[in-house]
Amino acid sequence: MVKLRGTGLSAVNYPTGMNLGGDPSQALIHATTSGSFVVSLSATDLGQGLRTVIGQIAAEALGVGMDDVVIDTADTDTGPHDMGTFASRATHRVGNAVIAAAQEAREALLDVAEDELEAARSDLEFDGQGNILVRGAPDRSMKIADIAAAAQFKYGRTIAGRGVYMKPRSPVDPETGAMDPDSTEAHACTVAEVAVDTDTGEVTVLSIRSAYEVGRQINPALVKGQIVGGAWMGMSHALYETTQPYYPDPAYSPKDFSEYLMPGAYEMPKIECVVLEYPSSNGPYGVKGVGEMTANSPIPAIVNAIYHATGVRIDELPVTPELILRGLDARARAARLAETSTTPDS
Amino acid sequence: MSPAMNVVGRSVPRSDGIGHVTGRTQFTTDRSFPGLLHLKIVRSPLHHARILGVDLSEAERVPGFVRALTHADVPHNVYTILGLIGVEPEEEFVLAEDRVRYKGEPIVAIVAESEDAALEAVARVKLDLEELPAVFEVEEALRPGAPIVTHWGNNTFMYEGHPCRRVRFGDVEAAFARADHIVEGVYNTKPIEQAPTETTACIAVPEANGRYTVYTNTQAVYFSLDNTAIILQVPGNKLHFVGGTVGGGFGGKVDVIVEPLATLAAMKTSRPVRYAFSRSEEMQVSSTRSAWRIYMKDGVMADGRIIARKVTSYADSGAYSRQTPYALTKHAANAAGPYAIPNVSIDAYCVYTNRQPSSAMRGFGITMASFAIEVQMDKIAEVVGLDPWSIHFINAYRDGDMKPHRKLVEDATLIETMQAAAGLVGHELPARFRAMTSARRPEGGV
Amino acid sequence: MGSKIVTFVLGGREVEVMVKPMTTLQAVLRYQLGYTAVKEGCRQGGCGSCTVLVEGEPVLACLLPAEDVAGQQVTTLESITPVDGLDPLQQAFLDASGFQCGYCTPGMIMVSKALLEHNPRPTREEILDALAGNICRCTGYEPIVAAVEGAAQAGAAPGAQRR
Ligand code: FES
Ligand code: FES
Repeated sequence: MVKLRGTGLSAVNYPTGMNLGGDPSQALIHATTSGSFVVSLSATDLGQGLRTVIGQIAAEALGVGMDDVVIDTADTDTGPHDMGTFASRATHRVGNAVIAAAQEAREALLDVAEDELEAARSDLEFDGQGNILVRGAPDRSMKIADIAAAAQFKYGRTIAGRGVYMKPRSPVDPETGAMDPDSTEAHACTVAEVAVDTDTGEVTVLSIRSAYEVGRQINPALVKGQIVGGAWMGMSHALYETTQPYYPDPAYSPKDFSEYLMPGAYEMPKIECVVLEYPSSNGPYGVKGVGEMTANSPIPAIVNAIYHATGVRIDELPVTPELILRGLDARARAARLAETSTTPDS
Repeated sequence: MSPAMNVVGRSVPRSDGIGHVTGRTQFTTDRSFPGLLHLKIVRSPLHHARILGVDLSEAERVPGFVRALTHADVPHNVYTILGLIGVEPEEEFVLAEDRVRYKGEPIVAIVAESEDAALEAVARVKLDLEELPAVFEVEEALRPGAPIVTHWGNNTFMYEGHPCRRVRFGDVEAAFARADHIVEGVYNTKPIEQAPTETTACIAVPEANGRYTVYTNTQAVYFSLDNTAIILQVPGNKLHFVGGTVGGGFGGKVDVIVEPLATLAAMKTSRPVRYAFSRSEEMQVSSTRSAWRIYMKDGVMADGRIIARKVTSYADSGAYSRQTPYALTKHAANAAGPYAIPNVSIDAYCVYTNRQPSSAMRGFGITMASFAIEVQMDKIAEVVGLDPWSIHFINAYRDGDMKPHRKLVEDATLIETMQAAAGLVGHELPARFRAMTSARRPEGGV
Repeated sequence: MGSKIVTFVLGGREVEVMVKPMTTLQAVLRYQLGYTAVKEGCRQGGCGSCTVLVEGEPVLACLLPAEDVAGQQVTTLESITPVDGLDPLQQAFLDASGFQCGYCTPGMIMVSKALLEHNPRPTREEILDALAGNICRCTGYEPIVAAVEGAAQAGAAPGAQRR
């Protein structure tokens, strides 16, 4: 048994959002009398951590702590319109809408604070910890919670904000394909290392090491989670998964997890990453988007690594042991042929 | 950029963490309602067939059978999910009428007191089908005389009069003629299931005020609500969708399949109705990532510059196009990858076959483009005799470059990302690549 | 065949349920008793999301007829969650971000619970072995393995002090 090792490289870009029909998201924010802020949206959390990330953006934009923000999402009776969670769009679109709504809510707070603190608006500032201060007068400050209560009970005013972010519709020129389909681009570069068993055709992925550039990270632990989970999915796509193993023949299709192949905990390679931050021009705090792209660059990196290990080029997915063995056989045959038909001038 | 951030940029704990580790997070089918009914589907056992008859008489006698729904019960039975953003024509049948176009296509919905009773009744529905020739191969589907899958007479989605999404940039043929090398590849990928661990599901509940609350794990509540309102021909304000907690999506929960029928059944029975995919329905019937065939031809100069690329791509959309037309457009906008290629021609076809429909999945239209492009890069490196890193740096796009779909590159960081990756793996880059940046090229520079 | 009454001990409390023949423990726990931490990722024995402990051993509740647990101890994620705070294993999943969507999490925690009860200091290999029947589509497993390792280390701490 021989195990051949090889390394493969790939690099990708990935667009944020898709707006061919126009791509809007809205957010509404209102303060309760106890000083917490309810942020109403309609985007869904698929497990990527949207509620947490939007909570962070809302807290940052409002100048309050995370505990003072309640995210109320995906109830069409309370949440304003949103296109949905796909196309790596949610943090970008919803985050921008939340920042816009928070700005309006802050103005409403400042209206009341001006009266309560008897100070000019230009002298007021948020400390980011839940207070509004009068610049240069440390003793004159007020809790946002108290301002919200005063707004309700003393002034009869609302502390609320509306926000929307829309990437406008961009029709495609049917002749040339000219279009403006997305908002920004994130990038990744992956180096994969594999070992290929020449007897069985089995591939062991030894490591997947990547650099990512995703604009501002709102929550680095969640970004890392996407990268690690995506690396696994990419490896799974490269080597295992399909609903139609004999495609295009539809004769057989797996019906459950014992027939649909995916790698498990045992097959996980070493996964390493570095994340660069080059804030985008139009994302909330410079966000780009990392939801989908993490499965992409591992696939060609693994397939290229298989080539560099074995000399077998495979242009199809998934790369099964059968494909590798057939490729190795073809190479051996070609080598034998070259030996026996050596021409005199060589 | 504000200098100091309080919470942005910090790895604060997830707000839903406690719910997840205690199992208290409520997913769609964790909800229970008194009087809940179960909906199961009678599906086509054939890939392509004419429906001559449906006999429900034995199914109706199954204890616990409540009622059956057929296409005649669905107010707007033929729809297109992207109709909301103006995509035409309406093509998918909520419940099949006279023809089934893929194995697993829904024909009748059975509503029963228990899941077992629903399954029993489904098994007793008798279908009289006449098998029709079927097509499973994208290029065969485009040949004259191929069985026509759609009801409107064409096996490709039409993009404003074209059978494919086109990109035309520069003069590809002229560039091929002067290129030092031509590098070609045909890339084939098979369909992939999104496989979220929680299957697609909803429960539709009639409310006292005449409205219907639909608990769903859709990735897009308004998209699902609006499509349901169209299919059922009810004003949107009759519907209240509640979602937001989804046990994985990956694109598998953006089609609107379960909500319209469950809501219709709730309307017809005045009882809560659950419609949840089984794992095998999720795998064998619900949308997959498309299978792709991508022909890629690159003209390359001896110094490694790619001066032309021609791409012909086929996505196997299955019997209905769902979100796939969009994937092809996205594909067309990304088939040059993160590289500055001055001459590009792309034809991207969304092809109908008699296969379970494909639709969105993580990396929609791009994952397989990236696969083809990056294997192609590796081949190019070999042909011109450079290492793969060099080919990537030489061709990397910069801010201000023009992409083939005529959008200026902005926020480019490919070069910096590759430099960081080289650092991570300890690959020593030559000084000229270490010095590169993604900043705009000097005027007139290459 | 008619229904029958099945009695078993659920999280230390005796419960009595009327069960139709061939009803799974999963269906009884979820739909008759409301223990919805028992998930239903496949109902075919393929994903592990429905894992519960029967007499301390991890079992796929979707494959087990409910009558088979008559007279036995059944433990679900609900039963190991303390009234106040979290079980150290739950805390370890939280600390290591051993989840994204959370749908596989109850099953992952239950198999890990059984592992650590039997083997408080498992090797990495033994952890991988224990998790082998459970599917996670989101995390890439590494964070889950890290959570179990973290819990094992935390559990080992008092022993280390004693030495
Ligand atoms: S639900 Fe029991 S193993 Fe999947
Ligand atoms: S966290 Fe989603 S399946 Fe594991």
